[in-house]
Amino acid sequence: MTAQKLLSTVGFYALVVVIVVFSVFPFYYAIVTSFATGTELFKVNYLPKSFDWGNYQSVLGGRNFVRSIVNSVFIATTTVVFALFLAVTASYALARVRFRGRGLLLMAILAVSMFPQIAVLAGLFELIRFLGIFNTPWAMILSYVIFTLPFTVWVLTTFMRDLPVEIEEAAIVDGATPWVIITKVFLPLLWPALVTTGLLAFIGAWNEFLFALTFTSSETTRTVPVAIALLSGASQQEIPWGPIMAASVIVTVPLIILVLIFQRKIVAGLTAGGVKG
Amino acid sequence: MAINDGGLSLSQQRQRAAFWFIAPMLAALFFVAAWPLLRTIWFSLTDTALSDLYGGEWIGFDNYLSLRVLDSGRWIWRGTLVDADWWNAVWNTVRFAFVSVFFETVLGLIVALVLNAEFKGRGLVRAAILIPWAIPTIVSAKMWAWMLNDQFGILNDIALNLGLIDQKIAWTASVDTAMYAVLMVDVWKTTPFMALLILAGLQMVPRDIYEAAKLDGINPVKVFFRITLPLIRPALAVAIIFRMLDALRIFDLVYVLTPNSKATKTMSVISRENMIDFDKFAYGAAQSTLLFAIIAIFVSLYIWLGKVDLSGEGQR
Amino acid sequence: MMIMKGRAVRATATAAMLAVFGAPVMAEELFYVSGAVGNAVEDFKTIVKPWEEATGNTVTIVPMPASTTDQFGQYRLWLAAGATDIDLYQTDVIWAPQLADHFVDLTEAAKDLAPTHFPSIIESQTVNGKLVALPLFTDAPALYYRTDLLEKYGKTPPKTWAELAETAKAIQDGERAEGKADMWGFVWQGNAYEGLTCNALEWVKSFGGGQIVEADGTISINNENAVAALEAAKSWVGTISPDGVLAYQEEEARGVWQTGNAVFMRNWPYAYTLGNGDDSAVKGLFGVTTLPVGKDGDSSAATLGGWNVAVSKYSTKQDAAVSLALYLAGPEAQKTRALIASNLPTIVALYDDPEIAEKQPIIPQWKDVFLNAVPRPSAPTLGKYNEVSAKFWSAVHNTLSGEGSAAENLELLEVELTDIKGSGW
Repeated sequence: MTAQKLLSTVGFYALVVVIVVFSVFPFYYAIVTSFATGTELFKVNYLPKSFDWGNYQSVLGGRNFVRSIVNSVFIATTTVVFALFLAVTASYALARVRFRGRGLLLMAILAVSMFPQIAVLAGLFELIRFLGIFNTPWAMILSYVIFTLPFTVWVLTTFMRDLPVEIEEAAIVDGATPWVIITKVFLPLLWPALVTTGLLAFIGAWNEFLFALTFTSSETTRTVPVAIALLSGASQQEIPWGPIMAASVIVTVPLIILVLIFQRKIVAGLTAGGVKG
Repeated sequence: MAINDGGLSLSQQRQRAAFWFIAPMLAALFFVAAWPLLRTIWFSLTDTALSDLYGGEWIGFDNYLSLRVLDSGRWIWRGTLVDADWWNAVWNTVRFAFVSVFFETVLGLIVALVLNAEFKGRGLVRAAILIPWAIPTIVSAKMWAWMLNDQFGILNDIALNLGLIDQKIAWTASVDTAMYAVLMVDVWKTTPFMALLILAGLQMVPRDIYEAAKLDGINPVKVFFRITLPLIRPALAVAIIFRMLDALRIFDLVYVLTPNSKATKTMSVISRENMIDFDKFAYGAAQSTLLFAIIAIFVSLYIWLGKVDLSGEGQR
Repeated sequence: MMIMKGRAVRATATAAMLAVFGAPVMAEELFYVSGAVGNAVEDFKTIVKPWEEATGNTVTIVPMPASTTDQFGQYRLWLAAGATDIDLYQTDVIWAPQLADHFVDLTEAAKDLAPTHFPSIIESQTVNGKLVALPLFTDAPALYYRTDLLEKYGKTPPKTWAELAETAKAIQDGERAEGKADMWGFVWQGNAYEGLTCNALEWVKSFGGGQIVEADGTISINNENAVAALEAAKSWVGTISPDGVLAYQEEEARGVWQTGNAVFMRNWPYAYTLGNGDDSAVKGLFGVTTLPVGKDGDSSAATLGGWNVAVSKYSTKQDAAVSLALYLAGPEAQKTRALIASNLPTIVALYDDPEIAEKQPIIPQWKDVFLNAVPRPSAPTLGKYNEVSAKFWSAVHNTLSGEGSAAENLELLEVELTDIKGSGW
């Protein structure tokens, strides 16, 4: 029995190691590359040969890179707050209130996600210029709704629907309004789903490239992926691998910190009655 | 009696609240999505060029399919629906979507189950698996292109050292391996997305069910298939739908990794190529519209065949 | 008191300016969009400074990613929407005909300046008699060769492609026998992208096979010489060039070259400076020459690259923008550009400029290469150039990777191009 237990423990940790290596290796290699310069880049190194911070200095000291990070943080945060607010209220209605055409409505929301980004570009560009928000963060925040909202609405609707009827009934009998029910009853139960979808939406907004490139025309309003694409070598043909990798490491670290902060909320397990287990 | 009366007005009150809750979301989606979407569909029925967005004239379905009689009297069909490049792209996309979503779901499930277990360093592992998803696609695609390079790519070096291959392979260059390269990178990149959504589903499964099963001495594998899987099915279904939508629209990864390879060119890539690069804006718009239709068909089929419960009526 | 004084001084200055110009002068703020390559932004600021000081206007540069396809997509969209946010566009040599409708005709404004440039470049920017962009600098590839290896094996830089293949093979085999397993004979750009169009155009042209589509619009690609050129190139893959060359762009080729693993390389001037960097394995061990020819008597060909400046039709400050474009394409700005960024000038006289020759000795060296430059068929094919180019590189890529013979693929290409051409380009 104990031998078997030991074996399964070893097997389990082996699996964990495989998963971690698979996920992290390319990132590790990016870190190794970020310390290399010049011809060193064209050689295969498994360990960093030297710790040359030159690439990091050139990225952080470059024009407006720090500014881009600030822009990205602002845009991604606002997008998530905006999307979660709209999605929580809408999915409460979609999941807990009976009315005709719910399935159709959900399908229509999903349809928004079926169109290629490139195809809505022209129309969206017109809209943004019409609203006069071209080259401002709002252009991105508005356009990111297109991929964050359907996704958050769907996920939250599924989760809300799965919560037992009883938890709401008590509040209804007490005469609580729908708004109170959402904020007092559902929100605490939905933490894992909220944090997860929020995180995924945040990363989606953080990484988006095409809209961010199209709807800005000055360096000070640009976001991180565009700023990385702007890193260039000394000529048209040269690709500056070192700085690109350094920049990728820099922009990934905040996300890792974010995950570490919120992971307790993801862990929070639930039991049927809404009593934390 | 009193309760009954209250119930009626309550239901009305709830429906009114539901309307006000849904309205802002619908308004947002209408402006940002529906309007540009309808415009593109309209473009696809005209001969609009990108150099003159407002000068297009109505030509019906000619971008999709039209019959032309040549001077010689020969009849030829033209339009996207008889365009071999388009159907090649459709096939590439569908193949890519099914294979990638399959692997991502299976691997995502495994990762989610691992993360759902209690062990030391779980927080760090959770952060670690999110890294692939967190790196901007344009960067990770370039990074992999670098790692997959035939001469100085690290993957060839590893495989050579391990004796898996006996000569360096040009992964992204060869028509035979380009699709594998794209699949590999996509699975690497989006498995965390799947894993996290499934994990959120697992977190909602009451722990006491496991405790009870453990006490009864039921085989964990059985527990998984009999109890866990059915319980996380709704979450899994939603995760798969969204991955499927994304996979069918895949653009940036292919665009950076193997932009012009016939073996990997997808519907979004070919549509962009026509709209922007080739100055056949309306033709590209028609392809986008077809892409929309194809995805809609797949999703409807999935919802129908998978008996995904849209309105949630079935549960009550 | 000090403040009062300051104000008084400024008021007097304004009055003086009014007196000089006779009317209130509006200092214009122009927006110039450009791919941000290297120190492009800093260099640009240095270059425009004299103009800003002379006119009182200011220029803000909007940097774009270096990827030309990304830039092109953005510019098309912005121009299609008639965006007034950008006044001047820095355009690739092949874009002018495709975006011609959106740009101001500079023929009249540049009537004194244009004749001082290389006529072939001015021609490439002229669409139906309308000069849509002015050249800023040019670019043309050359053959890089390892002087040390050629010397070791007693070879000379090849004159014909056959000679190149032979030399490359001999040295590659010799070096591999000495244990350098990664040594390759010749690296170039074989990925299916615009760069392959450039490479293949050079082979075809130097075999006497024409320029795909000739200046008068005839489709000339399906001919024996072109077939011979592609067959020659096909024979390199897997023998003197790695199979992976079919996925190479400029940087991959340079990577192999700069780690000392290639005898020959076809590349742009940028690789020259980098190849002579301190950490380069080939530092001081290589030279450049014109690309080989098919047989004696044919002339060498190098695809014309380079960048130009165009004025947006939707700009609300066109006069100032045209003035800036003229300045940027003029001798003063081009000379500064050559000195600080080693960009090849397009004004003929600058190649004999002693200061440039002294500070940038590579530039006069490139003159020979540049004299053989051939334009891609962007002028005759107009808005359809990208599609023509895509069809061409696909046909070439198919041939190189063994899907169909050169003759078959070119025959098919001719049919496809005729189809695209329709009733006229």
